[in-house]
Amino acid sequence: MAEMTLIKGIHDALATEMARDPSVYVLGEDIGRGGGVFRATEGLLGKFGPERVIDTPLNEVGIVGMAIGMAMSGLRPVAEIEFSDFMYTAFDQIVSEMSKMRYRSAGQFTAAVVLRAPSGGGIRGGHYHSQSPEAYYIHTAGLVVAMPSTPADAKGLLSSAIRGEDPVIFLEPKSLYRTVKGEVPEGEHLVPFGVGRIVRPGADVTLVAWGAMVPVAEKAAADAAADGVDVEVIDPRTLWPLDIAMIEASVKKTGRAVILHEAPRTCGFGAEVSALVQERCFLHLKAPVARVTGFDTPFPYALEKSYLPDPGRTLRAIRASMDF
Amino acid sequence: MTNAETVSVLREDGTVDPAHDPGLPDAEMVSLYLHMVLLRAIDEKAVALQRSGRIGFFVPSTGQEACSIGAGHAVQDGDWIFPAYRDHGVGLMRGYPVAALIGQIIGRASDKTRGRQMPNHWCDRSIRLVSVSSPVATQLPHAVGAAYAAKVRGEGVAVLATFGDGGTSTGDFHASMNFTGVFRLPVVFFCENNRYAISVPVERQTATGTLSEKAAGYGLPGVRVDGNDVLAVRKVVGDAMERARAGEGGTMIEALTYRLGPHSTSDDPTVYRSDEEVAAWREKDPVRRFAAFLQGRGLLEDPAAEEAEAKEAVRRAVEDAEGSPPVPLSSMFEDVYAEIPWHLAEQRDALLSGKG
Repeated sequence: MAEMTLIKGIHDALATEMARDPSVYVLGEDIGRGGGVFRATEGLLGKFGPERVIDTPLNEVGIVGMAIGMAMSGLRPVAEIEFSDFMYTAFDQIVSEMSKMRYRSAGQFTAAVVLRAPSGGGIRGGHYHSQSPEAYYIHTAGLVVAMPSTPADAKGLLSSAIRGEDPVIFLEPKSLYRTVKGEVPEGEHLVPFGVGRIVRPGADVTLVAWGAMVPVAEKAAADAAADGVDVEVIDPRTLWPLDIAMIEASVKKTGRAVILHEAPRTCGFGAEVSALVQERCFLHLKAPVARVTGFDTPFPYALEKSYLPDPGRTLRAIRASMDF
Repeated sequence: MTNAETVSVLREDGTVDPAHDPGLPDAEMVSLYLHMVLLRAIDEKAVALQRSGRIGFFVPSTGQEACSIGAGHAVQDGDWIFPAYRDHGVGLMRGYPVAALIGQIIGRASDKTRGRQMPNHWCDRSIRLVSVSSPVATQLPHAVGAAYAAKVRGEGVAVLATFGDGGTSTGDFHASMNFTGVFRLPVVFFCENNRYAISVPVERQTATGTLSEKAAGYGLPGVRVDGNDVLAVRKVVGDAMERARAGEGGTMIEALTYRLGPHSTSDDPTVYRSDEEVAAWREKDPVRRFAAFLQGRGLLEDPAAEEAEAKEAVRRAVEDAEGSPPVPLSSMFEDVYAEIPWHLAEQRDALLSGKG
């Protein structure tokens, strides 16, 4: 084990998997000589050479489309989009091409691309560097969507993504890149898709959060504990396919669910989680399923701190659930 | 559109221009012709099937047979094909069986792609014929990726990507041409300029005099060819594919042609084209033009007999495909992911049990 930041966990996965499998390639803007705008790919160019660490022209359609063609040829491309906000220029390639290649060819071709992108707010990046797009991709048939919140999960989930047979949208909570540290297994490390993590066990309320909201959830849970409320925090890690069994078991135990995410509320992933919980746990619920989310506005620059859910808002939702 | 040099082989007097003659053996030339006839028979039958309500939709290539058949003949084992939806002739020429092609149109259990897409969206991995998409030119960046993979593996193969004049207006075209130039990739961009993107004339796609001159902006050679001349198409595509295989990079080819029929069975071309214009192009029919050449060479005795045989082969394929059972309901949920996840299993089970 070695203690490292989340960004180092990403880097470690890339370096480990590239060393293990010569068919793993990375491509994107500034990922070679620049080492990535967040330094996720730093040093890979020197280690693996320009053929496998590809600085591309500035064009997201080209990056995603090229990665699709590489994957169809049997390579394992990991494409970086500098910010998840920039993925929209390649949206068609992602939702109609990459995600559907297996289906429309009846399994003759697959496009098991890993598309990495820093996601979420908290870095004073304004609208174009802060959005949380996960719901678009969860809504798209054929995609796996993952978002780690710890360095170990970053390494393990990304390694699974690279080895997997499905296209993966790998969203990295950029505000956690250097703010969280943790023990990470050395060498090969895999975290399976579809298996959540109980961050903190509890008996009274189930709090589901992912990405940069996991530390917020932990803080809110600690504050609630001071009030005598025992919160169970679940990080799904893979947003889709979701570990619904873990959430269902938890809510059947606690009878209360609060869902916490950065993305806007309406049609955010919290809406789906809420619906699933109510379909599966209706007779166990002691309070309505609550959501703590970003607002249905564009991501504001100056008011970022008020836009992003914080422990205070989360704690109020927990209390409201308890008091219902 | 200006008159840049356009490569042509078949002369009006029935001879060939030796400067660009691909020099194909007689049997190969006859094969080209028979595939053109077969392609036309497929298109005519498919349009008739749509008109009689037996299929929902079709995109015919009538008038453009020299393009897809000529280009398809330049493809070799190991090469990749990223076709546009009007280019079933490329696959046909590469050996994609009529039964499979018709099977896809009919969309029953005999379809290798399990009825997943509407007609014209073929796919056959065995000949590296990649699944067709409907949005224009989205396959071009994939061709770039396949070419990159082939290059780093030292496969010495070429990638053929086909599209129309409308495709040159897309961002995907720009990205793909640019990546191909920058990485010096073995992609042959084969643009069939049939003068209309549905109803919009090519003059509304570009202010450049030709489409082929766009290649210069990406550091690629651009070539213009008579797209109704199957030998000329075979020649320029063959040369470009050879360059690609030899590691000399990509090429853009503009083939001047004309779609004699509608864009699709949903289109009424009389709204945007004059009868005179269509009649003038009908005089340049690529199938008849090549037939006349072959007859002059003594290689073709009875075109009508060949047409009748092609029609019969297509009729039999339709009969077989329509006799195939429907696609099983449960297959709707397969091939979404490598393995069926819980939510799809739940939805499938609910549907199959009648409870969903």
